[in-house]
Amino acid sequence: MRMPAPAAHKRQPAHGPSALGGDLSRFWALTFTLARTEFKLRFFGSALGYLWTLVRPLLFFGVLWLFFTQVAHVNRDTSRAEDFYGVQLLGSIVLFTFFTEATTGSVRCIVDRENLVRKIHFPRMVIPLSVVLLALFNLGLNLIVVAIFALASGVEPMLSWLELPLIVGGLVLFAAGVAMLLSALFVHFRDIQPIWEVVCQILLYASPVIISLQTIRAKLSTSMLHLYMLNPLAVVFQQFRHAFVTHATPGVGQALGSWAAILEPVAIVLAVFVAGFLVFDRAAVRIAENL
Amino acid sequence: MSTTTIRPTGAPPAGRPDRPTAVSIEAVSKTFRLPRQQCSTLKERVLHPLRSTEHDELKAVREISLEIAAGEFFGIVGRNGSGKSTLLKCIAGIYGVDSGRIAIAGRLSPFIELGVGFNPDLTARDNVIINAIMLGISRRQARERFDHVLAFAELEEFVDLKLKNYSSGMLVRLAFATAIEVDADIFLIDEVLAVGDAAFQQKCFDQFFRLKREGKTIVFVSHDMFSVERFCDRAMLIERGRMVKLGEPAEIARAYHKLNFGQLPHEAPQKQPVAGTETAILDAWFESTSGERVTSSSREEALGMCFQARLGEQLADPVFAATLRNELGHTIVVARSDQHGASSGSFRAGETVVARFAMPSWLTASRYTLTPSIARQGTGADALAITEDMASVLIHGAATGGILEMPVEVRIERL
Repeated sequence: MRMPAPAAHKRQPAHGPSALGGDLSRFWALTFTLARTEFKLRFFGSALGYLWTLVRPLLFFGVLWLFFTQVAHVNRDTSRAEDFYGVQLLGSIVLFTFFTEATTGSVRCIVDRENLVRKIHFPRMVIPLSVVLLALFNLGLNLIVVAIFALASGVEPMLSWLELPLIVGGLVLFAAGVAMLLSALFVHFRDIQPIWEVVCQILLYASPVIISLQTIRAKLSTSMLHLYMLNPLAVVFQQFRHAFVTHATPGVGQALGSWAAILEPVAIVLAVFVAGFLVFDRAAVRIAENL
Repeated sequence: MSTTTIRPTGAPPAGRPDRPTAVSIEAVSKTFRLPRQQCSTLKERVLHPLRSTEHDELKAVREISLEIAAGEFFGIVGRNGSGKSTLLKCIAGIYGVDSGRIAIAGRLSPFIELGVGFNPDLTARDNVIINAIMLGISRRQARERFDHVLAFAELEEFVDLKLKNYSSGMLVRLAFATAIEVDADIFLIDEVLAVGDAAFQQKCFDQFFRLKREGKTIVFVSHDMFSVERFCDRAMLIERGRMVKLGEPAEIARAYHKLNFGQLPHEAPQKQPVAGTETAILDAWFESTSGERVTSSSREEALGMCFQARLGEQLADPVFAATLRNELGHTIVVARSDQHGASSGSFRAGETVVARFAMPSWLTASRYTLTPSIARQGTGADALAITEDMASVLIHGAATGGILEMPVEVRIERL
């Protein structure tokens, strides 16, 4: 990352538009302010306010839960792995909601804030990152609800809850990478938007949100399972189920046979983040004139 | 007895070559590549992989070099699309330059327009704080200065009103009040200078002079030559991306007006049918003291109103008159050939005459029209020929706001 030191009152080349700018505290203040403002605005004028962020995943959860436990009986196939199916489902939905919110929200973000981009000199990367931060605010609040629901369902607090920041951190890193990539690409390719919506739909079924890894494992060959677990979302959701809800469902290392296998999805997350950063950094210079 | 000519406040002092450079622009060019065929969907890209390489090049800024001294109030003027806003955006760092170099010494205010990012659904309080943070003030400082901003904008009663319920005047007042709180050494302002009602405008002007006194550098882009002449130490005229002229604001304003009006096709005089034998006015024009026909003139120049007429009958002492009206339609001057009982002479039928009315430079900046007329001897009511608004002239330059710029002798005596 290039970050020229801000030298006040010293003659320096006026660098043109950039992704990061030179001032980290201003970068953070801007990101936080934009996210905070959006958060405030989103539920402006609605009586229930924040509760609406919760209603969406909860309703989705209710529908899925009714269907898969009362009609399709996914949770009866294996004995213990589907303990607390409701909590596993809700937790995964909340994490998945964060991911879709952060990424689909970032697709249009630069174009929608054209006014800012064209009129104020500020680090461009603030915009997609503020979308991710906003989704993170919602995730934080939703996770509190998940925790309450888990305790009410009889989940015992475990030492492995301490893994949670790492799990969420990985997810945020992945979402941020995708957000930077999509927002920069959308300026040139407007069909990113419908494509990404479909990809999100696919990801819902290509990761252990509804069906746990236990069930999937029984039906997939080893190589297919390997492919399935390359998806960083699959790793994140499964590890969440294992660490937060019940050890009866396998952790990622256990599922893949070795912890070394986790390096691949981690590498994918890092690669997406770096690629997103580089693409955005390159695009940032001309983003104002290409809008 | 000394005579003081009243000049507009803030008469531009001479350039300040002794001061350090705040903004240095070296041979800066900026070209926009406009795709001829907009390929914005993937399908179009895939189907026409070569088409995207076709571009129209728009050279918005060409090879501009400029040094702006610290503490200078610098104006950039030019017609629409001349590249002045692009140059400002390059200085602000919103656009990158294609070639050349821009160096800034000091803190640059990051915005070029007032009220960017105001959100209509939030209250004034939230908006001011958000806007201030975007302009580079920390949240804590923004809170501290908030009361001051509101007091300056005179909007204390409306703190918790949502911005969508603000009038446009209130909005710009709020935006202006927030913008001047920015801690910067160099301000860039596109277009909007003075906003709001007359009283608030005065406050804005006061703020500009305060910034100037504090040694801030201000670069601003405007169409309003009055503001340019009033505030700027120096100005630059830009046309088709090139710097055409750099110099004193008054000089630049003249060049700007010449560019705007001088090169337009000469307004065709509405000639009366020349055939026939009646008295008719054939032509009318304004001319400079050197006898040149002009369609625009600086405020300091003396002007003459002229017209040419053919007399259709034998006349003794006819009244030649010229009526000058400003753009509001107010009659400013009625000049008559029979003033003070003067005689215009006797004329035979068919003779052609030219009437000239020389005026001192008392006219304020406005567009003026000339209505020539000829009447029989007497009160002037018995008109033989009159053509309304036959010629026009644009007077530009700093104005005091009165309808005439009469020389005024000022004397202040101690009793």
